Formats: sequence, C-alpha cells, structure tokens
Amino acid sequence: MEFLYPVFIFAALALVIGVGLALASRYFHVEGDPLADTIDALLPQTQCGQCGYPGCRPYANAVAADEVSVNHCVPGGERTMLQIANIMGVEPKAIEEEETVPVVAYIREDECIGCTLCIKACPVDCIIGAPKQYHTIVTDHCTGCTLCLEPCPVDCIDMVETPELLEHWSWPVPGTKRAIKAETRKANHEGES
Amino acid sequence: MFDIWHKIQQTLHINTTSGFTGGLVHNNQYKLTGGYPIVACPMPELLMHPIKQHIGDPCEPIVVVGERVLKGQVIAKAQGYLSVPIHASTSGTVEKIGEHAIPHPSGLGMTSIFIKPDGLDEVDESLHPLPNYRSVDVVELRERIRHAGLAGLGGAVFPTFIKLVHDQKHPIETVVLNGIECEPWLTCDHQLMLEKAHEIISGLDIIMHLVEANEGIIAIEDNKPDAIVVVRKTLVDMGFGEHIRVKVLPTIYPQGGEKQLIQSVTGKEVPAGSLPLHIGVLSTNVGTSKAIYDAVCLGEPLTERVVTVSGDAVSNPTNMLVRLGTSVQFLLKQVGVESFEDLKIIHGGPMMGELLTDVGVPVVKASNGILAMHRPTIMRAHHDEEPCIRCGDCGEVCPAGLMPNLLAQHCKEDQFERAQDYNLFDCIECGACSYVCPSHIPLVHYFRYGKGQVSQIQREKTFAEESRQRSEKRDARLAQELAEKEEKRRVAKEKKEARAKALAEKEAASQAAEVAVDDATQDVSVAKPSLDNKADVNQQDDKKAEDKA
Ligand code: SF4
Ligand code: SF4
Ligand code: SF4
Ligand code: SF4
Ligand code: SF4
Repeated sequence: MEFLYPVFIFAALALVIGVGLALASRYFHVEGDPLADTIDALLPQTQCGQCGYPGCRPYANAVAADEVSVNHCVPGGERTMLQIANIMGVEPKAIEEEETVPVVAYIREDECIGCTLCIKACPVDCIIGAPKQYHTIVTDHCTGCTLCLEPCPVDCIDMVETPELLEHWSWPVPGTKRAIKAETRKANHEGES
Repeated sequence: MFDIWHKIQQTLHINTTSGFTGGLVHNNQYKLTGGYPIVACPMPELLMHPIKQHIGDPCEPIVVVGERVLKGQVIAKAQGYLSVPIHASTSGTVEKIGEHAIPHPSGLGMTSIFIKPDGLDEVDESLHPLPNYRSVDVVELRERIRHAGLAGLGGAVFPTFIKLVHDQKHPIETVVLNGIECEPWLTCDHQLMLEKAHEIISGLDIIMHLVEANEGIIAIEDNKPDAIVVVRKTLVDMGFGEHIRVKVLPTIYPQGGEKQLIQSVTGKEVPAGSLPLHIGVLSTNVGTSKAIYDAVCLGEPLTERVVTVSGDAVSNPTNMLVRLGTSVQFLLKQVGVESFEDLKIIHGGPMMGELLTDVGVPVVKASNGILAMHRPTIMRAHHDEEPCIRCGDCGEVCPAGLMPNLLAQHCKEDQFERAQDYNLFDCIECGACSYVCPSHIPLVHYFRYGKGQVSQIQREKTFAEESRQRSEKRDARLAQELAEKEEKRRVAKEKKEARAKALAEKEAASQAAEVAVDDATQDVSVAKPSLDNKADVNQQDDKKAEDKA
C-alpha cells in the first residue's frame, strides 16, 4: 500500500492547487487586457502609425488578439520585436523596413503661415502655436512620428536627426555605424586644430 | 629575490597579498618620472575652460566676452546640487565663449570659456585664508570647499564637498587618503607626496574635522618607499602620530579603485550597490587633500594641478604643475614633443585613460597624466579579437569578482538584462581583464558599451512612458471635445424642439382665438392670414436648421 502514498499526496496537492488557482482567477481577476498592456509597455510610443494602426495601443491590442504579426513596429526595432515575440510565444520575424535614425521635427518658423493644421496632427501635443502665428515644436517631447509633415500646406517642417548629447553619449560597439561616426568626428576635429 | 617573486606574480597574474581578490602586477619600470621634481608649466597663449569638469551638472558662464578676469575668479557658476564652479586660472580677458573639443572619448565638444592671459597673473583675493579651520563653522568650511571648485583629482572628479558631511546615520570612522597611484607611468601623486606632504596631511586633518572621524590612514604602495619615509616623517614632525598613520600596501593594480583600496586598508568590503560611507569609510585622493588645504588655509581655489607628462615618445618626461585650461599640445611641446605623427596621445593612465585624437583639448580637473606613446607600442597591444578560449584569466584578475568572459558575451549579444544579472554595474572598468586576455578581446569596451546601452534603454523607456501619457491625454481631450460637441448639439436640438412645440401650441391657441373672434365679430379678419404666414415661415426655418444640423 505504501507505494500509493505519493499518489495520494500528489492528488491532494493537485486538488489544493487547482482550487487555489480557480479562486485566484476569480478574485484577482484583472479588468482590461493585461497582455495588451504588457505589449503596449514595450512599444516605443512614437504613435507614428507605421504599423498600420492609428497608434501604439491599437497595435498592442491587435498583437494581443493575434490579428497581426509581431514585426510591424518599425521604430521599436529588433529589440522590441524580440521582446514581443517572447511574450507572445511566437517565432521572431525580421522587420521588413530598415531601422531609422532617431529624428525630431523642426518648423522653419519664417515660412510657417500659422494654419494650425500640424497641431491637429500631432499625437503627443508637442506643437505650440495659435492661428496666424508661427508655430514651434517642443523637441523634448517630439517622438519623430512625421505625422505633422503631410498636413502642412507650405511644407515648412523638416525632420532633423536628434543631436548627440554629450551627457547621453555611450560607447559604441567597435565597427558599428556609430563607432565610425565618432571616428569621423574626431578626425574632423583633428583637421581643425 | 623580491624581483623574481614579482616576475612570477606578473606572469601568473596572482594577487596573494592585498585585501581584494584579483588584480595584476605592472612592471615598475614604466614609472619613469618617480622622484622627478614638479616643474611649473609656462603660461600658454590661450586657456580654455570647459564648463563641466566634474561629474554632475554643467556650470553656467557668468562672464562676458571682453571682460577682464583675475586668477581664481569664478567664471562659471555651479548649477544644481551636484556641481562645482570653474575658476579662471590666470588673469586676462575673456576672448570667446564657444564650443571646443574636450578630453572625452566621443570627440564631442563642449561650451568653453577662452581666456587670453595678460601675463600679470593677478590674483582675485575674495577668498580669505582660514588657517585656524578648527574654529570655523563646518558649514562654512564645506561651502568654501565647494566654492573653490574641488572635485576628486584622482581622475573621477566627483564633487568633493558632497562627501564631506557628518551624517548621524552613517558616521565616518576612518578617512583613507589614496596615495596608491596604481596606473603605470603616472607619478603625479607620488611626487606630490614627496614635495607637499605637509599640505596633504593638513588637508586630511580638515577632512577628519569636517566628518568628525578619529582615524586617518594614508595608503601608499610599496613601490614608493621614498614617499612612505617622507610622509611618515612629516606626520611625526606635525605631531599627528596618534590619529593618522601610513599604511603600506603591496603594489597591485587596481588597488587605487575606491572599493578595492578600502578593502585593502580596512579589510571591510563595500557591498555592491552601497557607498563607502555605509561602512563608515571615506576616501579621497592625496591631490584632492592638498587642494582642500589650499582652498581652506590659503584661500586658493582650484586653478592648477600636477600632471605627469610622460610616455615612451617623450625624451624628457616630467611632473608638471599645469594651469587648468592649458592645451595638451602646449604641454607636450614643453617636453619636446612637436610632431604628432605616428604618436598616440593618452589622457589619463594607460589602463583607464582614453586616446586623444585632438591635441588641442585642454587640461581639465581630471587630467592626471598626458602620455605620448609611439604608435607601435599601442598597436602591439591592439590585435584583432579572437574567440574566447575560456582560460579564465580574466575572472582571476577581476578585482570586482566578476566573470568578464560571460559578461562580455551577454553585452555582445545585447542581452543587457542578463549582463546586469551578472553584476555588470559592479565593473569599475579597470581594464585588467582586457589586459590579460590571450585572445585580445576588448572586454572592457563591451562593458562600457553595455552600461551605456542600459542607461540609453532606461531613457527611452522614460520617454516612451511620457509619450504614452501625452498621447492618452490627447485622446482623452479629443474624446471630451467630441462629447462636448455632441452635448451642445443635443441641447440645441432640444431647444429647437421646445420652441417648435411652443409655436405649435401658440398657433393652436391663436386658431382657437380666431374661431372665437370669428364668432364675435365678422369684420376684424385682416390679421389672420398674416399670423398664419408667420407661423409657417417660422416652422420652415426650424426645419431648415434641423436639416443643416
Ligand atoms: S509602428 Fe510602432 S511606434 Fe509606430 S504606432 Fe505602430 S507600434 Fe507605435
Ligand atoms: S511634432 Fe510632428 S513628428 Fe513630432 S510628435 Fe508631433 S507630429 Fe510627430
Ligand atoms: S502646418 Fe505648417 S504652416 Fe500650418 S501651422 Fe503647422 S507649420 Fe505652420
Ligand atoms: S574591467 Fe571590469 S570586469 Fe574587467 S577586470 Fe576590471 S572590474 Fe573586472
Ligand atoms: S581571458 Fe579572454 S580568452 Fe580567457 S576566458 Fe577571459 S575572455 Fe576568454
């Protein structure tokens, strides 16, 4: 009979855990979609719509609902894609578009006619202006989504590369694009002096 | 005999004698300039002061172009808490305020204040000497040390005043002065101890007074026997025999690292993620201690420092007292280096310093050495990376007890979370692992890359979170605007309906009245059609408005 003890023990354990889990799922039930929340938290929040959805949250919802594959967020790049694939338990898929350098929008103020159209397009409300006044962009908040370019009737908005700040500078991996860039900059300095 | 033992240690990279594990022994022959007296560097034609020479927030220039400044005058004031001001290092006129290259691996420039010396070297005497510092209020002393622009001169340039507090919760028992100077080639601290022992010890006494510590230890490695003798003798002469003592440590790299030094001296390990003050210890460099003495007892802010100018391409290497802001090019010219072809210039020590590609950069508070090396010397060490053979040498020399080979692997594969699990942030970037790696893997570069990426990812996360909130707020605002519009429309519609209803009632009433009037008098029937017409028009209007809506 002794050989049955383990069976009893595990049966009892299974029962206890089963009941516990059932209760937990009832009492700790979370409103909303936690999976979509987790995915949304990983997305870069550029709100650019390059994924084919009107923003990051809708894309997160769609991924969570398994309606779309994990490789459509271009600004998120490979890192984000891998993380989402990991959460969704699917095979990682390469992102088709090439990764872009970080940019911010910049309004050439003397050309702006103050039509306010760009304000309406900006998903993060980072453009300041009033009708018939020139507008300006708070670059600290600009996500570089490029959505303000299209509505501008006089094409006075440019996307410029985010300047590399000294305090945010970090060491590159040898041989990469950034490493080469740093080398060129140093060489230029050398030329000056 | 001793030499043989050193050689064995060197080939096997073993550390049997010091308090921390790991480390390696450098050949003492590279310390060319030990015992060479400090000579003053002549006045250059232009001085450049970058507005940030410490760890923390940059300063703000408070002088304008054309203004005359005096030596020791504040030209850029501290911004924020973690910041110390910058002083002019001679008298002259401000020639320009603009971008200039600084000693930084990125090659990026920084706003700098250019001063053209007038040769008079006139001193700003606004700081009064406080020789009787024991009778001065500690708050004032601390403010003085901040105002004098002091930051750790060992190379870390952490604002000194921040450490100098007496904290009830973590009382400091021991102050350790770092006279280790474990980097090969560098000798500026060594020479400073030989020439300025008195000032260094007084500085230590000021620190002990500020933090109310009872014990002071000056740690010196046994490759500087002359300094040990001089400092010991000065201690006796000054009558500090009881509270302050010299501790001689075996020579091993990187014993000058703060945590390593404290472990060697006190036997106590600073736990990962804590500060030395949590175990009741404070450590500063001997150069900083001398600067504290200058600031307090002489009223002189930090405007110059001792720099070792050496390297195998320098014919007459020396230790120099250099005004901050002097260009590296000018400095090297003083020791006979005129052409920079086929030379590599290093700012700092050869292990932890960085290669300069622009010799126009100024000497800053962090510059403890400028080394000019023949290109082949550096390039010999610069092989192509080969695969890791898992020899474990890197782990053996790591003073932080890490496993550099695994860490590097994770950083290379961008597995930063895993790298952090392997305590990436405990790495002090001493470079010992890269130095011994037989496969020439630039291990420490991978750690620097990894650390940078971790902070970058953190910044991106914060930004994404902000963007999300902004976008959610905008969505909420748009939704509210929409709801408000709907509401307005609904209200308008209701009003209209009410009006129409009222009109209809009125009409009914007037019709009833009409009937009554008709009944009463047959004559007065002129007003009737007009009334009817008006109601019709009104109703039509209403209909139109409704269609539009
Ligand atoms: S592409 Fe990425 S960043 Fe752009 S909206 Fe879609 S999920 Fe957001
Ligand atoms: S300013 Fe333009 S690019 Fe920047 S977030 Fe707004 S819409 Fe996007
Ligand atoms: S859309 Fe163009 S023109 Fe109109 S306000 Fe914006 S920047 Fe100015
Ligand atoms: S660089 Fe970092 S990992 Fe390498 S030996 Fe030094 S502390 Fe250890
Ligand atoms: S020293 Fe170099 S080869 Fe040896 S284990 Fe470390 S990384 Fe690998």
